[in-house]
Amino acid sequence: MTDKPDNTAPRTVPIQSATFSNPVNAEIRRAAATGIYDIRGGGSKRKVPHFDDLLFLGASISRYPLEGYREKCETKVTLGTRFASKPIELDIPITIAGMSFGSLSGAAKEALGRGATMAGTSTTTGDGGMTEEERGHSNKLIYQYLPSRYGMNPDDLRRCDAIEIVVGQGAKPGGGGMLLGQKISDRVAEMRNLPKGIDQRSACRHPDWTGPDDLEIKILELREITNWEKPIYIKIGGARPYFDTMLAIKAGADVIVLDGMQGGTAATQDVFIEHVGQPILACIRQSVEALQELDMHREVQLVVSGGIRGGADVAKALALGADAVAIGTGALVALGDNDPRWEDEYQKLGTTAGAYDDWHEGNDPAGITTQTPELIKRFDPVAGGRRLSNYLKVMTLEAQTIARACGKNHIHNLEPEDLVALTMEAAAMARIPLSGTDWWPGKPGTSF
Amino acid sequence: MQSFDLETEGLRKLNSSLHAQNNDTNQTAWEIINPKGSHAIAVGLDAPIEVTVLGSTGYYCGGMNKQATVHVKGSAGPGVAENMMSGKVVIDGDASQYAGATAHGGLLVIKGNASSRCGISMKGVDIVVHGNIGHMSAFMAQSGNLVVLGDAGDALGDSLYEANLFVRGTVKSLGADCIKKDMRPEHLEILTRLLAEAEADAKPEEFTRYGSARELYNFDIDNASAY
Repeated sequence: MTDKPDNTAPRTVPIQSATFSNPVNAEIRRAAATGIYDIRGGGSKRKVPHFDDLLFLGASISRYPLEGYREKCETKVTLGTRFASKPIELDIPITIAGMSFGSLSGAAKEALGRGATMAGTSTTTGDGGMTEEERGHSNKLIYQYLPSRYGMNPDDLRRCDAIEIVVGQGAKPGGGGMLLGQKISDRVAEMRNLPKGIDQRSACRHPDWTGPDDLEIKILELREITNWEKPIYIKIGGARPYFDTMLAIKAGADVIVLDGMQGGTAATQDVFIEHVGQPILACIRQSVEALQELDMHREVQLVVSGGIRGGADVAKALALGADAVAIGTGALVALGDNDPRWEDEYQKLGTTAGAYDDWHEGNDPAGITTQTPELIKRFDPVAGGRRLSNYLKVMTLEAQTIARACGKNHIHNLEPEDLVALTMEAAAMARIPLSGTDWWPGKPGTSF
Repeated sequence: MQSFDLETEGLRKLNSSLHAQNNDTNQTAWEIINPKGSHAIAVGLDAPIEVTVLGSTGYYCGGMNKQATVHVKGSAGPGVAENMMSGKVVIDGDASQYAGATAHGGLLVIKGNASSRCGISMKGVDIVVHGNIGHMSAFMAQSGNLVVLGDAGDALGDSLYEANLFVRGTVKSLGADCIKKDMRPEHLEILTRLLAEAEADAKPEEFTRYGSARELYNFDIDNASAY
């Protein structure tokens, strides 16, 4: 007679590896099976220190608030005051970031223009040239000047309202654009002078200049071509914001656009999105420091992007020293991207609403990140534009609410002194006191 | 003939004067003296005028040109005729880096040598170089024709798309996905036309054509070493 196994005896429970987690192992298996790195759209999905880690203090005995709804809190912003003869005047400090026709449908670009115009702000072209849809529906249109120069021409340069020289992007500082064959339709191919259906990889750096001295001459050329009318923006990714801001100012920028790693892209390698570049929270104060050291803060305007979702994020970015923000992912969500109403179709694509990021494949159920006519028909640019306008106005109202609570009659009067940080990381990155203290890691005069 | 002294009158006045010309202008001939290597000379022109620069230029001479003919009686700095749309730019001397970069149309003639990255990302322009060209020329060239009477440097036509490259001399090395191709009658016609327009003393039969193997047009892991 043998003893029966004792199922009640204590035993070691199965433990999943934190290093080789199920998602990690799944990615290893996917790479082994397909032989290609994961390409996706969007920005960093990992949790990083962000605006959520900051709080406003609000009013107190020493700071009195403004009356909500009755006392004015101004939101207008002017961009491009340094050299351009025709600066851009916006009603709100929230702009629409560059997104290409090609990555987005023509109808989606139209909706971005409609929504931005209704809300009194600007929208921006992308890697692929300017379409009639967006020029026609955008009161203020920023024309991106990218390494690929797809569709670049002097006529569009002259009919834009500002020129944005793209040096880097938060999702992929040091990387070029990518548009895979599924989305290279006849129209996209024609605009980009490319064969239909190829996997298009844009250059990562400009073809006719390298370094800040060349950039200064390039800016001179663009100003000469456009009669010194257009504000020149320089967009940088969150790589070395202090030095890049210094060099952009030296090169002659009117406006600096600073994009953190949470900023989206139409398509690039996941490894690039998640492992190159810094969170926007870590970048803003470095950029502002450079502006202040050169006595250019507010003279050269700073536009911040990468993970801006609501009015609190807007207010916090402005309090840290930005003049305006830009939104991309948030704008797409407002248009209808990743909407749960398409859940059945997301499931068929092997994903779920909120997680869909295979924008490069062109199968977007919402009809936004696609060039497939049947899917594009699902998207109504008029209704989409209205939703975007509503979203922009709500964000503005939220930012005004916070600004009034802090006693500011212009949202640009928000300042770092209005903020505290909830975590050591956020305190260090934003150079804001840890809540309950007057200290942050690295504060001058302290020993840490 | 309108004569313009760049040294005394300045770049802004020069370009705004040239921009003021339209298709009906009777001021069709312009001469620029004392360029002294200045940047952005005669950029963004859009009229059927002829601009002669008496001397050498800096960066981006003739940039984004439409319709106009710009003739530099000297050498040109980086990015000459960048993003040209139409018209003609002629350089009597040598051209520095990125000559004809991203240009969509028109004809760029360089009677001397061109440095590296000549025709980078070209999008329809025709470029004729009487001398040699440097390394990485026609990198990511999308369309148009690059004709070289002399030799080409390293990595010619790396990652190019549908541009035609014609070289009479030697090619130090070909870039990724660039291969030697057959010269068909239509290519000889192109060469005959471009050599005549560029006043180049050469016969079409003396050239070798290079173009894209089209093996990198869509990603394949077995081509990873080429990326």
